[in-house]
Amino acid sequence: MQSGAPTHSAVAPAAEPPGQQREAASISRRVLRLFLYQRELTPVLITVGLFAYFTIRAGSTFTDSLSLSSASGYAGPIGAIAVGEVLLLVLAEIDLSAGQVFLFAPWVEYWMHNLGVPIALSILVALAVCCGVGAINGLITVRLNVPSFVTTLAMNFVLFGLVLIYSDMTQATPIPLSASNGSPNFSSKFMGAWLWSEILWVLVITILVTVVLTRTRFGVRIIATGGNLLGAAEAGVPVRRVKVWAFVLCSFLAGLVGIVDAVKYGSLDPGNFGVDYILYAVGACVIGGTALTGGRGTVIGAFIGAILIGILEDGLTLIGVSTNDFYVWVGVVIIFAMALNAQFDRLIARSRGA
Amino acid sequence: MSVRPTEPTPPAPISAEPALEVRGVTKRFGALVVLRGIDLVLRQGEVLGLVGDNGAGKSTLVKILSGFHQQDAGDVIVGGERVRFHSVGAARAHGIETVYQDLALIPQLPVYLNLFLGHEVTKLGPLRFLDKGSMRKLSRQYLDDINVHVPSVDAEAVQLSGGQRQAVAVARSVRAATKILLLDEPLAAMGARESRLIIDLVKDLAKSGRVSIIVIDHNYAHLFELCDRINVMQGGRITIDQQVHETSLETLTELMISSYRSQLEEISSDDA
Repeated sequence: MQSGAPTHSAVAPAAEPPGQQREAASISRRVLRLFLYQRELTPVLITVGLFAYFTIRAGSTFTDSLSLSSASGYAGPIGAIAVGEVLLLVLAEIDLSAGQVFLFAPWVEYWMHNLGVPIALSILVALAVCCGVGAINGLITVRLNVPSFVTTLAMNFVLFGLVLIYSDMTQATPIPLSASNGSPNFSSKFMGAWLWSEILWVLVITILVTVVLTRTRFGVRIIATGGNLLGAAEAGVPVRRVKVWAFVLCSFLAGLVGIVDAVKYGSLDPGNFGVDYILYAVGACVIGGTALTGGRGTVIGAFIGAILIGILEDGLTLIGVSTNDFYVWVGVVIIFAMALNAQFDRLIARSRGA
Repeated sequence: MSVRPTEPTPPAPISAEPALEVRGVTKRFGALVVLRGIDLVLRQGEVLGLVGDNGAGKSTLVKILSGFHQQDAGDVIVGGERVRFHSVGAARAHGIETVYQDLALIPQLPVYLNLFLGHEVTKLGPLRFLDKGSMRKLSRQYLDDINVHVPSVDAEAVQLSGGQRQAVAVARSVRAATKILLLDEPLAAMGARESRLIIDLVKDLAKSGRVSIIVIDHNYAHLFELCDRINVMQGGRITIDQQVHETSLETLTELMISSYRSQLEEISSDDA
């Protein structure tokens, strides 16, 4: 395309202005294409803009490591849950229990450890329980034809109740590996006691799940199942198995980072309710460019959506805006992102050919 | 028109063993009896046309043969082996591929991934990483060979015209079929040029003799051009079985009307 315009003007110099126009048009078309197919780009720009705005308004109080770590502290749990949630949204399903799984996993680890089970094994048991929760979510959804919205809503209450029952409504502390008992060693830092380890865990998970969704057969099967359920089944995609595995993966990831998060804070509060997390997580997915219509989604976008929410919460607090305003802003960003996505989808369908 | 580089057509193997045999297959959905005992034979390398009214059970039969539904009773015999398919994958393992009338493309996937859906080329062993490079290349080559034109193999299916989508869907199954190809109204909602393309595609495949084909269609002109034999389904049974070169559209129509009449008489005598 770049070579098109010079050749054109060499043949007919008089036609230079239209040639330039055409080049400008082709550049703008290419920019549009970029935004259409790289849905993460819009939230990245918004995030960068917010970052710049808060840096100007609050200066070094915003960019110092205390403030940034608190932003990442908001973003970590949301991102961890959102990354797994994207897979389900692409499948045109949803997991409302992932937030509660995030809170539940460290409880299981804590109880195991109190029974005398070694830490490493307690963690493995907790992760296995999370996978089990995901499998139950998936199997009830595909075998009993219960909408996943309902299955996982119920699972959310069940897990919340289990925590209340077995915790005797008292806080759990100290959490195994957490820094509260002496200075943290390597494995403690690795599992969350270091300021940045949680967000790094989420970043690594984001990259791995992106690879799964875009480069593996499992990823294609997820997109196919979410994009055209009947068509995928007719083409031989084992749609039920794909869904169950996606539920398992989503629960596993939420539980894994839940354990890291518990090590970071050193205590567990039985009163925490998972729905608080899940609503932010779904919001992060939407902000990142994942529609809830199935067949489309971006894992990196979900991560960026979580970062955006974290920066918004931290930044607004720092410049002295009340937290009540924060909710209004999150709402506005979510609606804006969703409307934009719907328009992008229409543009793709309307553009014939690539 | 076709430029597919096929070696000199081998004569269709005259084998005693039919490619596919259906014996007394029945199927009901709740109170609705759709198939009342289907007997059908598909010979090696043959193209068999299946016609009948809406609701005669043609699509249900195809869905049983492709493993999407399971019959209540009766036998399906593929290459002499009695089989019962519990999944699409099981039918596929026996070399049976299907093009459905409800169009199995995934709107959000690019053409090349749609073409390989269910047969993805993967690398790195158990990790099942997609070999996108080879799938793109093979798709381009293959679509060129069979004269199917799409804007790009990277275009998403949602960006194709209806005819292009159907052509890709048919191409996928034609490519993958090793023994039996089932086509459920492959020409529905297609323009003249695209219909011609699909017909040539199927004729080419039939000529190669490697695959036996069942086609459902409502257009008798197409069926007479495409098929060796035509079976008529009425009320969940096969009522007429005619070799195309021994019959004509008029004969077939007469047979259908008289068979329809005798069915009506049967029903009214039942009522009496």
